[in-house]
Amino acid sequence: MHLALWLVAGALLANLTLYVLTGGADYGSGVWDLFAIGTRADAQRELLTHAIGPVWEADHVWLILAVVILFNGFPAAFARIMTAMHVPVTLMLIGVVMRGSAFSFRGYGLGDDRARRRWGRMFAIASLITPLLLGVIIGAIAAGRTPANPARLSDFITPWMTPFCFGVGLLALAMFAYLAAVYAAAEAADPALAADFRIRAMVSSIIVGLIAGAILLLSINGAPLIWNGLTRRVWTWPIFWLTTVAALAALWALWMRRFALARICAAAQVALILWGWALAQYPYLLAPDLTIFNAAAPPRTLAILASALAAGAVILLPSYGYLLRVFKRHQRADRIVMAARREPETR
Amino acid sequence: MAMSLAFHIVFACVGIAMPLMMVVAEWRYLRTGDEVDLLLARRWSIGAAIMFAVGAVSGTVLSFELGLLWPNFMRWAGAIIGMPFSLEGFAFFTEAIFLGIYMYGWDRVSPRAHLAAGAIVAASGVISGVFVVIVNSWMNTPVGFRLVNGRPEEINPIATLTNPAALHETVHMTIAAYCATGFVVAGIHAAMWLRDRDNLFHRRAIAIAFTIGAIAALLQPISGDASARAVARLQPVKIAAFEGLFQTGPHAPLAIGGIPDLKARRLRYAIELPSMLSVMTYHNPDAVMRGLDSFPEKNWPRPLIAVHLAFQIMVGAGFAMAGIALWGFWLWLRGRGIFASPWFMRTLMLATPLGLIAVEAGWVVTEVGRQPWIIYGVMRTADAVTPMPGLDITFALYSLLYLFLGVTVAFLMWRQVLESPTSEEIVALMASGG
Ligand code: HDD
Ligand code: HEM
Ligand code: HEM
Repeated sequence: MHLALWLVAGALLANLTLYVLTGGADYGSGVWDLFAIGTRADAQRELLTHAIGPVWEADHVWLILAVVILFNGFPAAFARIMTAMHVPVTLMLIGVVMRGSAFSFRGYGLGDDRARRRWGRMFAIASLITPLLLGVIIGAIAAGRTPANPARLSDFITPWMTPFCFGVGLLALAMFAYLAAVYAAAEAADPALAADFRIRAMVSSIIVGLIAGAILLLSINGAPLIWNGLTRRVWTWPIFWLTTVAALAALWALWMRRFALARICAAAQVALILWGWALAQYPYLLAPDLTIFNAAAPPRTLAILASALAAGAVILLPSYGYLLRVFKRHQRADRIVMAARREPETR
Repeated sequence: MAMSLAFHIVFACVGIAMPLMMVVAEWRYLRTGDEVDLLLARRWSIGAAIMFAVGAVSGTVLSFELGLLWPNFMRWAGAIIGMPFSLEGFAFFTEAIFLGIYMYGWDRVSPRAHLAAGAIVAASGVISGVFVVIVNSWMNTPVGFRLVNGRPEEINPIATLTNPAALHETVHMTIAAYCATGFVVAGIHAAMWLRDRDNLFHRRAIAIAFTIGAIAALLQPISGDASARAVARLQPVKIAAFEGLFQTGPHAPLAIGGIPDLKARRLRYAIELPSMLSVMTYHNPDAVMRGLDSFPEKNWPRPLIAVHLAFQIMVGAGFAMAGIALWGFWLWLRGRGIFASPWFMRTLMLATPLGLIAVEAGWVVTEVGRQPWIIYGVMRTADAVTPMPGLDITFALYSLLYLFLGVTVAFLMWRQVLESPTSEEIVALMASGG
């Protein structure tokens, strides 16, 4: 039974990680879409659009799967989060809807340029707000600020209206933008475009570092659980040093224009930050009372869920790999742009 | 929640049935090399992709809403019904992955692999629909646990998958998706064809869409009859509400139309076919049907009139579509085909919304018919709701959002239809050899 619990909890974390590394970067692309500047602004936008076009829907399902695992494996935690975080979750969902529909309306909409630009702006703004709110929600969970029995309206607002939660929101936004910039630099065939995104990646890497430091300080008061977890446990220092090494390696690789390497290091860095959070609040799902043990579904459900996840992975992982192979290997994103230009029908 | 679902279900139906149509068109192209089929597959796939994206985001909202609006329900039932939802998650994944390959992969994978990707999208759409509807059927006939002091114990998630209502609901819903989408697509193309009658593009589209819609429309009354009989067995109070049957007794009449009068406890203004309900349900005019009077009034579905009217609308629309399907097959058997009859095409155009109306009405039948229970006989809807105050604001926000999305999608689809090729363009295309 314990095995099943570990598998389910591990699958939840793995899912979140994959969502951040793939879906997160898709949001980051929206951020760079908003900040596309200079003579190559249109080319930048086009690169971003075609980099995420074929994959974003699939990337998005990681989030859905994470929600499903949460409510199947840990129903009590799901119910509590969704009650206490009603307001930010609702706002985030509006962002999700706006982002996804605006992107596809722009892509397939066959509209004139003005209409497409309007959809583009909506897509970009929604891409900015949604990760911020996602981060706020995670911040409130990490701070252990989800009241068990909210009664007044203020119970639904004050828990997440803290500097710490908004700090985590900004961190999420910065990490997503950072990932997107690194991926885009790796996928651009045109050296000028790659250089644009290289600068963006390096700047956002430094911003991520600064915000992460600030959050650590904020957590002393804002999220004592995390602060204690991060400072008092044996595995803290290995994770901390690994993250730092990955971050510096990514910067170095960007500097040297070794973009494929930079992509791996940046992904590792972000994944490690996420795992640091997870380990710091272990065994709590929601402090101060819900742990992965007492919020878990009954053993039989966990065992079946774990087998379903394993069986699903057998179908899912090869298919997802196939998708990435078709669109991401060898062929660079801007060659897809050219292919699409030749064939307007496919858009 | 109900509103999000009413919105989502439209996209879900299209997401289930549209991929089949585009795959059929592409398969025809690969077999015959006819450029019109290829054009059709591409056009349809763009429509399907827009609908898919909106279906995906509205579905995401739903999966969170389960917790946002029904935290107590989810705390109680999450461990029981999570199983079909997780399997559904994988079905979505496959669908999203292969849709990406289908949409962007026209010249990046081989034609066969491309067709296969489309077929996988079509299959996983059906599978994801089946899994959610299994959840819904479990809410009608909850099994797979033992009630101990109001809590579920000895949970068996596998049994959930085979709950007694699962088979008839999933079959009926899947057919409904093909029926509704087939009629919508055929109807829109019929409207275009009526303006440009030599247009091969619209002819081909109608041939494919109407065939699928018509087969489904002919199967649907059979499947609906099976549903009705299952409901009579599993949830007798529900079928009494469908029919507005107040009195228990043999020779129960089948009511057409009518308004249930709660004070007088009878159905007013209905056309009643004597004994027909007993015959249809039990194949025996002497069979006793339980009316509403044999259940405590606090367990009656409310509002009764909504259930009764929605049932009439669904069945009426169902028979209308089955009739159109028969007419079409008769024209085809006589050898001249449906395109020789402008009256048929006009009818087809008018029938565009019938399928979707039936789907929406059918869900009102099942859902309102299950009230006051959220889990039939186990948990009342009022006990499941979130304690969050100010829900009206959330509700208004979502309404605005959906209104905006609905209008935009309708507008984009309209554009997409207007930009469909004219007959001259098709002749030019054929002449140039593609
Ligand atoms: C194109 C759509 C469509 C059409 C033509 C019909 N239905 Fe239907 N019906 C649905 C679409 C639908 C639905 C939306 O798909 C429902 C809601 C839940 C479900 O399982 O299917 C449904 C539910 C539903 C139920 C309730 C099942 C339950 O609560 O478990 C019954 C008894 C029927 N239908 C019966 C019929 C009959 C006798 C029809 C005769 C023509 C018919 N339906 C046509
Ligand atoms: C798997 C699918 C579905 C699930 C799990 C589900 C769940 C629920 C729940 C929990 C309720 C009770 C709360 C309420 O009153 O709003 C409900 C009611 C309702 N649902 Fe669904 N639903 C499903 C499909 C649908 C669909 C597709 C429609 C589309 C029209 C729909 C229409 C409604 C309506 C109209 C009510 C209101 C009943 C009333 O309050 O009187 N449902 N459903
Ligand atoms: C409680 C009810 C429901 C929930 C929680 C739900 C959830 C979802 C989610 C999360 C998605 C997005 C998947 C993606 O990104 O690819 C989705 C899409 C979809 N849903 Fe639902 N859904 C519900 C009701 C239904 C019903 C009643 C059906 C119908 C049979 C259905 C069929 C589909 C289909 C076919 C898709 C694929 C998207 C498309 O092709 O448009 N869903 N749903």
